[in-house]
Amino acid sequence: MYRDDFEMLSNNIIYFDNGATTLKPKCVKDAICKYYSEYTSNAHRGDYKTSAIVDSLYEGTREKIKNFINAKENSEIVFTSGTTNSMNIIVSGFFKNYLKKDDEVLITLSEHASNIIPWFILQKEIGIKVKYIPLDNNNEITIENFKNSITDKTKVVSLAYVTNVIGDERPIKDISKIAHENNILVVVDAAQGAPHTRIDVQEDDIDFMAFSGHKMYGPTGIGVLYAKFDLLDKIIPLNYGGGMNAMFTKDGYVELREIPTRLEGGTPNIEGVLGLGAAIDYLENIGMNNINKYEKDLRKYLVSELSKLDFIDIYNKNNDTNIVAFNIKGVFAQDTAIYLDKYNICVRAGNHCAKILDNVFNVSNTVRISLSFYNTKEEIDLLINVLKNSENIWKEIL
Amino acid sequence: MDKDIKRSIILDNYQNSNMKHTSDDSYVKINTRNVSCIDNLDIYLKIRNNIIIDASFEGEACVISISSTNILINMLIGKTCKEGINIINNYLKMINEEEYDKDLLEDLLVFDDTSKQPSRIKCATLSANGIKEYLEKENHS
Repeated sequence: MYRDDFEMLSNNIIYFDNGATTLKPKCVKDAICKYYSEYTSNAHRGDYKTSAIVDSLYEGTREKIKNFINAKENSEIVFTSGTTNSMNIIVSGFFKNYLKKDDEVLITLSEHASNIIPWFILQKEIGIKVKYIPLDNNNEITIENFKNSITDKTKVVSLAYVTNVIGDERPIKDISKIAHENNILVVVDAAQGAPHTRIDVQEDDIDFMAFSGHKMYGPTGIGVLYAKFDLLDKIIPLNYGGGMNAMFTKDGYVELREIPTRLEGGTPNIEGVLGLGAAIDYLENIGMNNINKYEKDLRKYLVSELSKLDFIDIYNKNNDTNIVAFNIKGVFAQDTAIYLDKYNICVRAGNHCAKILDNVFNVSNTVRISLSFYNTKEEIDLLINVLKNSENIWKEIL
Repeated sequence: MDKDIKRSIILDNYQNSNMKHTSDDSYVKINTRNVSCIDNLDIYLKIRNNIIIDASFEGEACVISISSTNILINMLIGKTCKEGINIINNYLKMINEEEYDKDLLEDLLVFDDTSKQPSRIKCATLSANGIKEYLEKENHS
């Protein structure tokens, strides 16, 4: 769908690495260029016309994001540099002060590095305990395993909405219901979820959420931190300086601005915000439900075609999102990726930043295909053909 | 060297790596995890009186990485640390398209056009760099 909107697709590539980053529609590029050619100026500053335009576009994007995830108020949306930045603000700016020694955070072995390492650092710094909710035979979380992992020390559960290797979508609504009954706060890493499915933070009752612009057709270097207002209000800023202070005096008195401005110290990534705004408009125009349905159908086709090849191991056959992890039997994932690249097929090989997942996966490196709505059955047919000829792999890559 | 011969040497060292096994505590273990890709090999070296008397490697990596490690380790056994460093330096020069001594490199010459595939340079130099760093750093007398 909508392939003409993506200039990169005219370069004769098959782009299957959407979990790493997505291609950008022309409207996103145009929004960024327009900022530089028509109304370059700082946000929240000058009293001249272009500055007012930028201000209104910048705050307008905040509103678009509020609507996109159905937050209650615009002030619950903070612009960051990406999911990693958002997760670190959540962990260092809030939980470092909220948690006490021996309090427990629940994660799983299939989380991305940015939902693991910040908690490890906190474990080192203040003595919290990072615990893993066991995964089932499909490497997925179950409500039962979550319930059984809760102790009276559990204060937070932090999970990907959709995991980035296995690609399972978590039952966040059910998890947060149980979590809140036990006074446990819910953190969601939506980097892989937000681009592919409609997330409603009120419906799912999510306390904190992080996602990236570039994985949802927006520019790199821009991301979002969402938190319920009362929680966001308690986050201690990591960046002090311009834009985030209300006043300060020579004797050291500092008064900070309101939320969310307080958490956006320094000149923000304005081109990023405006580009993200265009990406959100673009997605809303296609409709997240349409995207979700199309990608699920496409995945089913991909899995059914891959399953016909007896020399392919698929590691997450039963999931229902946009991600498929596989290997050619006896071939290292990176060699497969280099072979596919000979045919301009872009896939990711590796552990996909889920370096502790091999504890349950029995294989540490896989080839990952992560689909987008601009991928087609014809592209999958081409992939299958190339894989069918992979007996020539050494001749091709050596 | 003919492309087919090169390929068969690379593949043979990948599919039948005679040096791919772990070794005991009397060996030093060097991990050469490649930060930019996913190769992860452990190198085992036994050095006495400045001579590399035995070596092996174990781990998961791509064809270039495994094959180059197997060839290099076969060549290093029996050499002094200084000779080993010299072989590796010449190998690295070849990979980086600098002038090098062909006579020192034996089967490692199969990687002489690696620079044409920039993404493979790290794979081809993973073990060489790890071993070189160890040989240069320690006093092995």
